[in-house]
Amino acid sequence: MPKCPECDADVTVGTDAVKGEIVSCGDCGAELEVKGTAPVELALAPQAEEDWGE
Amino acid sequence: MTTVGVLLSRVRVEEKLLLEELERRRVATKVIDDRELILALERPPALGVDVVLERCIQHSRALYALAVFETYGIPTVNTFEVADICGNKLLTSLRLIRAGVPTPLTRLAFTPESALSAVEELGYPAVLKPLVGSWGRLISKVNDRDAAESLLEHKDVLGTYMHSIYYAQEHVKKPGRDIRAFVVGDETICAIYRYSDHWITNTARGGKATNCPVTPELGDLCVRAARAVGGGVVAVDVVESDRGPLVIEVNYTMEFRNSIDTTGVNIPAKMVDFVLDVARRAEPLAAARA
Repeated sequence: MPKCPECDADVTVGTDAVKGEIVSCGDCGAELEVKGTAPVELALAPQAEEDWGE
Repeated sequence: MTTVGVLLSRVRVEEKLLLEELERRRVATKVIDDRELILALERPPALGVDVVLERCIQHSRALYALAVFETYGIPTVNTFEVADICGNKLLTSLRLIRAGVPTPLTRLAFTPESALSAVEELGYPAVLKPLVGSWGRLISKVNDRDAAESLLEHKDVLGTYMHSIYYAQEHVKKPGRDIRAFVVGDETICAIYRYSDHWITNTARGGKATNCPVTPELGDLCVRAARAVGGGVVAVDVVESDRGPLVIEVNYTMEFRNSIDTTGVNIPAKMVDFVLDVARRAEPLAAARA
């Protein structure tokens, strides 16, 4: 099972996860980006910047 | 067979729903990660797609990628024009006013001193907003002169130069809610009320969503607002005021995760319909260029 890069907890990632998807760590709440799916790799997601939005 | 490019930075719930809808219809899809994109300006981008659905989370990336795609005749949803206008509150206000779409009274000023006069002219409370930004961030309700002076000094000293373009708006007293309406092409497909005890009602800030019936009046107002900024797939924010509904802003990379179950409308399906239609309409032009 992939680990949270922030708190090292196990992170459950759905089998339908795609590269670039954002998941949350159930333990520490960190936003994580799926960097790869086979095997699942996680990295801390980028923090919001000034021009982020809709 | 149409190939749809989806330009994105990260796959949020919205992008996942759109990708699933494309897959369900067996539409060839290519995800274009804006972080990996290199665009040679001298030649057409070799994207291998017939249409680009822009879903960047960053306005600046969306804007400049769309500029390149449009220059080389690649159809996009939305267009560069729409991104340019909607990404800037001042340009949006001007388009709405020009089109006769009701919108709050707004003042533009370039110095803290003139901005203070502009706020006083509007009366307290007033609202100061950055020209570029989303999710209700850095939007300030200014309740009195002391707050106005303090805020303007902070913006002047601590902000980038864009924060010294002062955009002040009348504060519209709303009934604890506002309206977010979704427009696809010439139709307002659905709308939600966003309820909050806070004066900022964005769902990104905790506002709660319920279904808002699309009356002919609301539907027409939002289509007119969408057309004013160039049309396409947009979300229109409306407040109910004493003098009728006012359009606050128009969003061009709309978020809709809280609005599908709430309204019962399959928003991503409607968006994909529109994207495929744009591609179909562009085919004769592409054939003529070939």
